[in-house]
Amino acid sequence: MSVQIWTYIFVGITFSLYIGIAIWSKASSTSEFYVAKGTVNPLTNGMATAADWMSAASFLSMAGLISFMGYDGAVYLMGWTGGYVLLALTLAPYLRKFGKFTVPDFIGDRYYSQLARTVAVVCALTVSFTYVAGQMRGVGLVFSKFLEVDIFWGVIIGMAIVFMYAVLGGMKGITYTQVAQYCVLIFAFMVPAFFISAQLTGNPVPQLGFGSKLVDGSDIYLLDKLDQLHTELGFAAYTSGKKSMQDIFFITVALMVGTAGLPHVIVRFFTVPKVRDARISVGYALIFIAILYTTAPAIAVFSRTNLITTVNEQYYVEMPEWFTTWEETALLNWVDKNGDGRITYAPGQAIVGNPEINRANGKIIRGKYGEVTLLNSLTSTENELYVDRDIMVLANPEIAGLPNWVAALVAAGGLAAALSTAAGLLLVISTSVSHDLIKKQFKPDISDKKELLFARVSAGFAVLVAGYFGINPPGFVAEVVAIAFGLAAASFFPAIILGIFYKKMNREGAIAGMIVGLLFTLGYIGFFKLVYPEYNTPEHWWFGISPEGIGTLGMLINLVVSLIIGMIYPDPPVEVQEMVESIRYPRA
Amino acid sequence: MNDDNLKKYWAINIRYVLILISVWFVVSYGFGILWAPVLNNIQIGGFKLGFWFAQQGSIYIFVILIFVYVYLMNKLDIRFGVQETEEEA
Repeated sequence: MSVQIWTYIFVGITFSLYIGIAIWSKASSTSEFYVAKGTVNPLTNGMATAADWMSAASFLSMAGLISFMGYDGAVYLMGWTGGYVLLALTLAPYLRKFGKFTVPDFIGDRYYSQLARTVAVVCALTVSFTYVAGQMRGVGLVFSKFLEVDIFWGVIIGMAIVFMYAVLGGMKGITYTQVAQYCVLIFAFMVPAFFISAQLTGNPVPQLGFGSKLVDGSDIYLLDKLDQLHTELGFAAYTSGKKSMQDIFFITVALMVGTAGLPHVIVRFFTVPKVRDARISVGYALIFIAILYTTAPAIAVFSRTNLITTVNEQYYVEMPEWFTTWEETALLNWVDKNGDGRITYAPGQAIVGNPEINRANGKIIRGKYGEVTLLNSLTSTENELYVDRDIMVLANPEIAGLPNWVAALVAAGGLAAALSTAAGLLLVISTSVSHDLIKKQFKPDISDKKELLFARVSAGFAVLVAGYFGINPPGFVAEVVAIAFGLAAASFFPAIILGIFYKKMNREGAIAGMIVGLLFTLGYIGFFKLVYPEYNTPEHWWFGISPEGIGTLGMLINLVVSLIIGMIYPDPPVEVQEMVESIRYPRA
Repeated sequence: MNDDNLKKYWAINIRYVLILISVWFVVSYGFGILWAPVLNNIQIGGFKLGFWFAQQGSIYIFVILIFVYVYLMNKLDIRFGVQETEEEA
């Protein structure tokens, strides 16, 4: 059976499963809708958190990204896992004891101020919308690549599914679909990894395989071989990397702290019954995440080695079939600069911009060797190969010659990853509107039934907005991901930490800190990413910190401003200090 | 439960957090970033040690740190009698 038929089968089965769960888990109160009544088993919550957290980017793009970054890919690996230690040790148990529904709830109550609550709502909405647009886009892309459905219809189908379980079931529906989605995505990620690891190194465990020797009889370690290939081709050695040490440091901090400050992750720890459940649940979540995150660098090494050894200095006409299939999707292209009919792979871009296929009347115009020709102008480098980083996970099963059902599995896994994260974000958006804005700011006397209705309406509305951005993505989607983490790091994190660990922190300090941290980070990222992208190079950055890492500086500025302004104004009221005291003990 | 006792509980909790966060910092930012070039001179199997900490080891240690904290805190809760009972759940 073809990949496409297998994909229809897998997508059909998984989608029916998600819909079944949606019907079974209809929410009947706001407490059920927002936090599943706080009755989720910690192990279940850990698994749901893992699916919530691992997005289309983690599943489809990360391994590919790492395979092009080498050592530098560690910023994502450590950055997107290390935050869970902060969550377990400094946030989750205390927020669980506090026992409300949202992060703005905590900020608003702890800093006894509607202004603080509003600032927190604005941050939560900005972060979540930024993130969710990318997820819907991911859904559309998987549909268009594997099922040859228009991106438009792909996004519409994705929206319909998310709509069903997020709007009907709220947190309850989302939790149980996320568990199912975790199982799908981790299975889909691991199967090709086992196969390829066994093929290359004889050891099926990828975490060990990429530190083993090759089975080709050369008696050489895989990583040494890859370093050697890199050096021969003129790249930096795979295991050493190119970024400056301080930039690596700052990006890692920003991603870790940003992870710990993301509202859709934090809110998952409001759903377990007890403080001790919140603690252990973070541990379970990180185990489930670590399975994928320790496999991704191995996949990166396998696919990088496979790619280089398959293509470099080989004749184009001898390329395997997958090469030509991916050429037609403009994700892998070859331009014969030196006219020798062989593929030369070297550092630098092969062409200017993203590939644009040369067509006449809809038909692809082919070159001398049958290759797909491009309209792009060529660069002056020796490199003749354009490789899109997403292809590394998508094409991996084909490159390794695995059966068709494995490739189809990857499609279902990508969809599971995108949908689970989208649902978590949509819930944060709907809760921010119905609970933090309508209930807490405008209509405090609203009935629970009405509030639930508002929650559903805003979830439905959020699905539509997310879908719109999925179909018409703003050109800066990739750039704004840095904003989501930077903002979470520079706004929420210090306010929550100070709120728990520093009883005397007052509202004036916290609000000033959040606003200054937010504006500073937004300003820096906006300047380099949106307004003057031509200056976005290390010599123009402050202290060599890239926009991706600036959230760390924003967080430090937030801390300093909070503490200084806090000293000028009076201590918080006694009842707030008592509240802080009470969240520190599981029972008392 | 008197106030002194609770203060003591909190002080021990803070101490646990500080110790574990120090380990967290040394492993990821120390071994994985700052000293990675030095550690890369040591090779275990096919892995250069600094590279391994940056892309594998630190993640394993993160998981262990959380479970150590859970274990320590569950014991501490019982020692100071602040653990939650089943009815409250």
